[in-house]
Amino acid sequence: MNRRTMGKAVLGLAGAAIALSVGMGSALAQDKLKVGFVYVGPVSDHGYSYQHDQGRLAVEKALGDKVTTTFVENVPEGADAERVVEQLAASGHKLIFTTSFGFMNPTLKVAKRYPDVKFEHATGYKRAENVATYSGRFYEGRTVVGAIAGKMTKSNIIGYIGSYPIPEVVGGINAFTIALREQNPKAEVRVVWVNSWYDPGKEAEAAKALIDQGADVIVQHTDSPAPIQTAQERGLWSVGQSSDMTRFGPKSHLTAIVEDWNGYYVQRVKAVLDGSWKPIDTWGGINTGMVELAPYNPAIPADVVKMADQLKADIVSGKRHSFQGPVKDQAGKVVIPEGKTATDEQILKMDWYVEGVQGKVPK
Amino acid sequence: MSDFALIGPILAAMFAAATPLLFAALGELVVEKSGVLNLGVEGMMLVGAVCGFAVTIQTGSAVTGFLVAALAGAATASLFAVLTLFLLANQVATGLALTLFGVGLSALIGQGFVGIPLEGLPKLYIPGLTDLPVVGQALFGQDMMVYLAVAAVPLVHLFLYRTRAGLVLRAVGENHTAAHALGYKVLRIRFLAVLFGGAMAGLGGAFLSMDYTPMWAENMTSGRGWIALALVVFATWKPVRAMLGAWLFGGVTILQLHVQGLGIDVPSQLLSMLPYLATVLVLVLISRDVARIRLNAPACLGKLFHPDA
Repeated sequence: MNRRTMGKAVLGLAGAAIALSVGMGSALAQDKLKVGFVYVGPVSDHGYSYQHDQGRLAVEKALGDKVTTTFVENVPEGADAERVVEQLAASGHKLIFTTSFGFMNPTLKVAKRYPDVKFEHATGYKRAENVATYSGRFYEGRTVVGAIAGKMTKSNIIGYIGSYPIPEVVGGINAFTIALREQNPKAEVRVVWVNSWYDPGKEAEAAKALIDQGADVIVQHTDSPAPIQTAQERGLWSVGQSSDMTRFGPKSHLTAIVEDWNGYYVQRVKAVLDGSWKPIDTWGGINTGMVELAPYNPAIPADVVKMADQLKADIVSGKRHSFQGPVKDQAGKVVIPEGKTATDEQILKMDWYVEGVQGKVPK
Repeated sequence: MSDFALIGPILAAMFAAATPLLFAALGELVVEKSGVLNLGVEGMMLVGAVCGFAVTIQTGSAVTGFLVAALAGAATASLFAVLTLFLLANQVATGLALTLFGVGLSALIGQGFVGIPLEGLPKLYIPGLTDLPVVGQALFGQDMMVYLAVAAVPLVHLFLYRTRAGLVLRAVGENHTAAHALGYKVLRIRFLAVLFGGAMAGLGGAFLSMDYTPMWAENMTSGRGWIALALVVFATWKPVRAMLGAWLFGGVTILQLHVQGLGIDVPSQLLSMLPYLATVLVLVLISRDVARIRLNAPACLGKLFHPDA
């Protein structure tokens, strides 16, 4: 055998050895399920993405010996999202949670190309063979918050900071307003859209503008605590979003609608581990623990607290639905008749305001 | 509340919203007057924002916070200066790299400071004056940094047009070869100008994180650095016009929020675009007169200076 052939043989053996050990290595690694999480904002928003990450940590705590998790934060909705999801799918993750509405189409596109990977899309409505959807009935939380706001406002103007005019947000505004006007028929809601889920500067500006227009309760469907701070500075009320934001406005923070994904995430990872995963749609309300309310501000009078707790209990028991008739739209037309409640379909497609909201839904 | 009663709060909010833009634009104006194009304003603002915030949290002193923010902005700018002035790297590319670097560095530094609230700066209160209708709050009820930004405008103008040092700086920006031939230290002057630009950008960023929304959040400048860059051109490199531009942008931003709140039926997405549209519109109108741009732009803007060439 001459030198050249010897060299080739050695290289070949070395290559085979490496391939074998990598193969064995990945076979061992395959024992642990890789789960990926894609967040639209930073975990440090201490709001929406933070709560999703708490869910991820719960999965690690409960199933850490069988599962490794990865997360990517600050992923913009759109083309970048597709790249990130693809990367996770291509690098061995078998279950990927995409946690924002705008990740819907990117998730579906990648799901088509990776049929053996399972996807869970939050707050969306399109499913596939390997794509499940999940969300919380946050509008139930809005109902309770609306009732409290109705009792706490003195100026009868509520400032509502919206992110994007999607049905989830519009539905939240409506649920809030219905409960608000039940307690206080004179109150009205003014909406400002900041066209972003997370932009502290714009959110603070929006809060200031609404306060200047007379609002004395600031409610938001955006993810930063800036509006709470602004309300605190001006000595007014505010409601936190996604997680307890009391420390940003100890006097101002009435309560918050807290999203608790822990239970759901552990459940779904277990389903993948034992093979029972199905592409279902989950829409959990206060009754499943997905939606909670943060501790009430001690300044809220005891009778308001009692009313709020009763309302919460009624929602859980089914006695009270957030969109139960009669519900009128801004023109005064009865959209949900007396005795009926809105169907899930109606809530998911909501693009109109109820009576009591100023302005029109941007198209 | 009557719509006219909103003019006062809108004016007050306008001045506050314009402040970070004004700081950054004035700094960049001086830099560009010396012939250097520093596109890294956004990065410098963010580094200033996080450093100012961090120091204020640790020491409890806002003054120290602002000083450190200015120093941090200047330090970031010095990286740019070394690369472009001494290593002759392309200014545009380096400036863009500086922005990305600043965004990342500030996020790194800021990791430990997210979710910590801070109290904003105290607002001025002069009994009688601050209570005036419409203009009271806007003129006499702002905090220190708003007044400082406005005070900086005549100071920068005086420096550029009434002092010898300003004249030399402008000369360097117009014709660095001639200035060099006359014995002026072109690189040193530009280096100092870039440091000044960085310091001002740092102050603008710190105003955001220490007063406007007293918290730290990644990327909290949200493109204000880029607006400041546009404002410098918008202002045809004149300090007073930069101030007017900052007011225009800040004013339209606040106005569109109020329009939404009042329920006036204009799509919110269109309203959100308005400040940027307004700035671009004025830029286009100014640029129509190519002669004016050429007249006012520093002739050596962005050109590399090599002493031996």
